[in-house]
Amino acid sequence: MTLLAALRGRLAGFVGDFLATWLLGAVLIMAFLAFNVLFLVLAERKLAGHFQRRVGPMEVGPHGSLQSIADMVKLLGKQILTPVATDRFVYLLAPLLIFLPTLCVASLIPLAGAEAFANQPYGLLVIVALSGVTVLSIFMAGWSSNNKYSVLGAMRSVAQVIAYEIPVLLAALSVVMIAQTTNLRQIVEAQHNTVWYVLVQPVAAILFFIGITAETNRAPFDIPEAESELVGGFHTEYSGMRFAMFFFAEYTNMLVLAALGATLFLGGWLGPWLPGPVWLLIKSYAVIFVLIWVRWTYPRLRFDQLMSFAWKVLIPVALVNLVVTAVLVHGIG
Amino acid sequence: MSAPTPTPTAEPLDTYTLNMGPQHPSTHGVLRLVLTLRGEKLVHVDPVIGYGHRGHEKMAENRTYAQFLPNNSRQDYLAGVIYNFAWCEAVEKLGQIPVPERALVARVILAEFNRLASHLMWIGAFLLDLGGWTPQLYTWDDREAILFLLESVTGSRLTYCTGRFGGLSRDLDPDFPRRAREVLKKLKDRWQEYEDLVETNVIFIERSRGIGVFSREQCQSYGVTGPSLRAVGVPYDIRKVEPYGAYPRFQFDIPTRTEGDAFARYWVRVQEMKQSVRIIEQALEQLPDGPIIHEKGLGSKKRLKLPVGTQYYAVESPRGQYGIVIVSEGGTEPYRAKFRTPSYANLALLPDVLPGYMMADIVAVLGSIDVIIPEIDR
Repeated sequence: MTLLAALRGRLAGFVGDFLATWLLGAVLIMAFLAFNVLFLVLAERKLAGHFQRRVGPMEVGPHGSLQSIADMVKLLGKQILTPVATDRFVYLLAPLLIFLPTLCVASLIPLAGAEAFANQPYGLLVIVALSGVTVLSIFMAGWSSNNKYSVLGAMRSVAQVIAYEIPVLLAALSVVMIAQTTNLRQIVEAQHNTVWYVLVQPVAAILFFIGITAETNRAPFDIPEAESELVGGFHTEYSGMRFAMFFFAEYTNMLVLAALGATLFLGGWLGPWLPGPVWLLIKSYAVIFVLIWVRWTYPRLRFDQLMSFAWKVLIPVALVNLVVTAVLVHGIG
Repeated sequence: MSAPTPTPTAEPLDTYTLNMGPQHPSTHGVLRLVLTLRGEKLVHVDPVIGYGHRGHEKMAENRTYAQFLPNNSRQDYLAGVIYNFAWCEAVEKLGQIPVPERALVARVILAEFNRLASHLMWIGAFLLDLGGWTPQLYTWDDREAILFLLESVTGSRLTYCTGRFGGLSRDLDPDFPRRAREVLKKLKDRWQEYEDLVETNVIFIERSRGIGVFSREQCQSYGVTGPSLRAVGVPYDIRKVEPYGAYPRFQFDIPTRTEGDAFARYWVRVQEMKQSVRIIEQALEQLPDGPIIHEKGLGSKKRLKLPVGTQYYAVESPRGQYGIVIVSEGGTEPYRAKFRTPSYANLALLPDVLPGYMMADIVAVLGSIDVIIPEIDR
């Protein structure tokens, strides 16, 4: 941390205080997220292998640990195709745009008591608003590809993300009611004073988990990509690094939402011995492990079942949970 | 004069056509479905077949009976043993070629192992169609044990050609019954796991119950056979209704269910696997000693000539009734050979059943009837 502070001081001499923080933050977050994607892809493949009585990738590096780097190099070398009938501008913009909201959200998660790149009083609301933007670029990608499978995938994605945003928001709101703040850092500090909110709000925690499974398009809610039906969905027509951008965004989104879940329900950076960011990472990866586990265990729901599950089960349960929380909070405090 | 009435367009404007296949992961090979959809709902479906056509029936006319033998297991690549034996048995029946007892029982053992392998593969593929990745690696693991066993007897893993007119090309080795029982034991241990993880899985039940319901009348008018027919409650199994080979000596049941949906078809196949194990266990007990093929018999003649006549012979393949018609004019080659393959009839029913279902269900129903494209195209 002292090294970072020194670096920031040096930079501030050239570009000013605000820009120095901004630059350093952006570079650090980008670098970490890039590393995270490489790690998560490998983790997913290794775990999937072991769930399936295989060993997963073994060839590159010890125990296949460098497999994602080899894959990355392969993707870099691939020809980037643009089909003739695409809406060119939108088609090119989508893979760049999908990454932005996730990056912004990543900068809003408090890493420890003192360190957060942006300490927002309305942090939670900004995060929820930003993560809704991701679906825009998914739809842009699907629509501009001019492929019926892609459009179907994009349509499904929009409907799904909108439907599942609501229970996620409601689940987060019940945490806000208890903590009496939307500042993520203060939410964690409130958990420091009491207990982790997963114990106070188990229903909300489960709702949140189901919600982020759907928002990250993972099985059993992976219908926008539905390999056996839509052959990849919205990113069918993308190749090479453009495809990698979608991949990148998907895995980053996983980490960010898992970190948000850890912040809201698992006490964020709190934990003994280890520094805060490490604890946050451990908790996020624990959530991601469950996500991976679920993905390789369950078959996929059908589109209409998915929607009715959101609107008829999750949202009513979330609303009831919210009302009960409100009554209890009001009654007690 | 009144304005001319506009001619109705062939396609209403609120629907669109989606071409699914011939290269699509869920069409199980080179099947092409031309879907007319309204949103995600299916309005009309046209299955287009023929991408895997090789002309097996014509080939049969230009080859001696023995030369055609390797062709047969290539019609249905998942039931190679059964198809291979079917051709042998059809020729044996027309030519009155005797088969030793040991060969008859050994054929039943190998054919039932092949049926198990085919059903195991199907379970994996069906769940993959529903979006569940992992089960296929477990079922394929079981299937691998069976393939290994079959390989040790026949020398091949997929396109078997071990049948000969009047017996088998190789004998079962003395160690075979022990290894076979080991495989069966492994399978039985796994079944509980499949039941716990698949049959009671809410998502699986939601995706397969009430999906792709066939009625009894539809099945009968299209000639649907196999598990799809037994799933509507008709206990029609060639092994029982027209017993062939050594099947009459063994005790086994025909599992049926009445719903006729994808779940019923799944259930029937799983129960059938249990019956297959029952048959194999009895056959291993009763396996007689003796020759596996008549040395210097009629069947081992290089240029086998069959008497003039027409012979129909049917067997129960994992997908339904597989029928062979051989028309012989007394030569070394058949004058005409006709194959009645089950998937052809089973697929023909789909345009009647599918409209009204959603995109994801199309994949599920297509997977549930277990189509093998080379067998449809022949």
